[in-house]
Amino acid sequence: MDPTTRGALVSIARLNKWYGSMRALRNVSLEVAAHERVVICGASGSGKSTLLRCINGLETHQSGRIVVDGTEVTGAAKTLERVRREVGMVFQSFNLFPHLTVLENCSLAPIWVRKLSPAAARAAAVHYLDRVHLAAHAGRYPSELSGGEQQRVAIARALCMSPKVMLFDEPTSALDPVMIKEVLDIIVELAQSGMTMICVTHEMGFARRVADRIVFMDQGEIIEEGTPAEIFENPKTERLGAFLSRILHGANAAATPASG
Amino acid sequence: MALDARVSRADDAEPRAASDYFRYKVWLTWAVLLVLLGVGCHGLHLDLGYVRQKLPFLLGLRLAPDGFIQGAALTIFVTGCSMVFALMVAFVTALGRVSRNPVAFALATFYASLFRGTPLMVQVLIIYLALPQVGVVLGGLTSGLIALSLNYGAYLAETIRSGLMAVPVGQREAALALGLPRWAVAWKVIAPQALRLIIPPAGALFISMLKDSSLVSLMGLWELNFLAQSYARATYHYMEMLIAAALIYWALSIAFEIVQFRLERRFGRGVAPDRGIGGGRRRV
Repeated sequence: MDPTTRGALVSIARLNKWYGSMRALRNVSLEVAAHERVVICGASGSGKSTLLRCINGLETHQSGRIVVDGTEVTGAAKTLERVRREVGMVFQSFNLFPHLTVLENCSLAPIWVRKLSPAAARAAAVHYLDRVHLAAHAGRYPSELSGGEQQRVAIARALCMSPKVMLFDEPTSALDPVMIKEVLDIIVELAQSGMTMICVTHEMGFARRVADRIVFMDQGEIIEEGTPAEIFENPKTERLGAFLSRILHGANAAATPASG
Repeated sequence: MALDARVSRADDAEPRAASDYFRYKVWLTWAVLLVLLGVGCHGLHLDLGYVRQKLPFLLGLRLAPDGFIQGAALTIFVTGCSMVFALMVAFVTALGRVSRNPVAFALATFYASLFRGTPLMVQVLIIYLALPQVGVVLGGLTSGLIALSLNYGAYLAETIRSGLMAVPVGQREAALALGLPRWAVAWKVIAPQALRLIIPPAGALFISMLKDSSLVSLMGLWELNFLAQSYARATYHYMEMLIAAALIYWALSIAFEIVQFRLERRFGRGVAPDRGIGGGRRRV
């Protein structure tokens, strides 16, 4: 919403990563400003999840620089903790803590990382659970929720840390179509509230709706980036054109405005 | 412990009557089996007067002539101490087993292999009889505690390791991504989930240890099994003493099982009911 950019919130410069001899990321550079919503797309194995996981240090990179909110991401535990406090992440497989209730899932990090009192952390958790329309389920365990509900709790859990940027790693890939909609609706609401977000997804209709900028990756490289209009209507590279025709005329065609 | 299978939170949907019916039948079956066992023992024409006379000694309510505890009290003491030490040894060994440090890994695997691969009785005797030859003289009790702790620690280490490995890697990643410090990732997220998997096999190990603790009698300690056999030999009341000792061991094991069941229920929170411990629960 707010285009004022006081420098980039996430700044990635010439990032390289290898898995053994396999090069997962090639000279990736990406700047994300505060309040900007970036969608990363690309085929499986194109390095988009790896890039996302490098941002909060779940993966280490071999060369290049990542700076998040003024802190460079390095291997040092204290630095990583500082970065991760400000970076919320939502995983494809939800990864809720099964032994904790929904409320405890949401208040764990605020209590032990932000040092909130349990009462304050619980109040904040209820607030964010309400935002994802699940306040009524606060006392339940994750195993008692549907996949869509679990993912919404995972979003609330990340929000409880009041992160400056949210990373979504294929948040709807493990869900059926009805649940996909309920999760995407929440992410759209979040985007409209001005949250900075970087989202890896195959949902092109969603990308078109929320993205300020779409980044297309292939074989560990950023091939093309631009506004949704530029990306969908006027792909400059053959690789992006091929990717779009595959994905838009595939299973998603009916649900995707871009195809109609 | 299936006989105390309570309805866990997740079972709320199930009609209460069905689970009460299940428990009622479990208790009834246990009662029938106990009666059958009693009838069988009655057929042996045991001299219960002798059992009654020796029971305080078997239980350890009286001290041994040297003023030390004896009987079941000593058995409980030896098992309890060995459990604590075995847990400490096992925890360190399990960390070594998952360590990327080659020396730590080698130490852990060598220890686990040696103590799992040799008989407990040999270990007890080597510690008690061979160590003095290299200048290390240990008392009988100390030797027994060390042997039991090291032997069971080796098994327990593998149990702990498998529990840690079974927690999905996504749990660790989610905890790290929230900015939790490493101790909180370990204690608030990984440990509770690993414990749920560790408790059942660890409980089995501790019950086994309870009975293996009789090996300390080799070093002149008057624990339950030793006392029962001596009294039996003295007056040829073999069946009386052996059955009395067996029942005491069984009662102690049941106490262990109850503790294990409570821990399982505590750490089983949030687990889907069909994978949980609600013994025998079936959806009709």
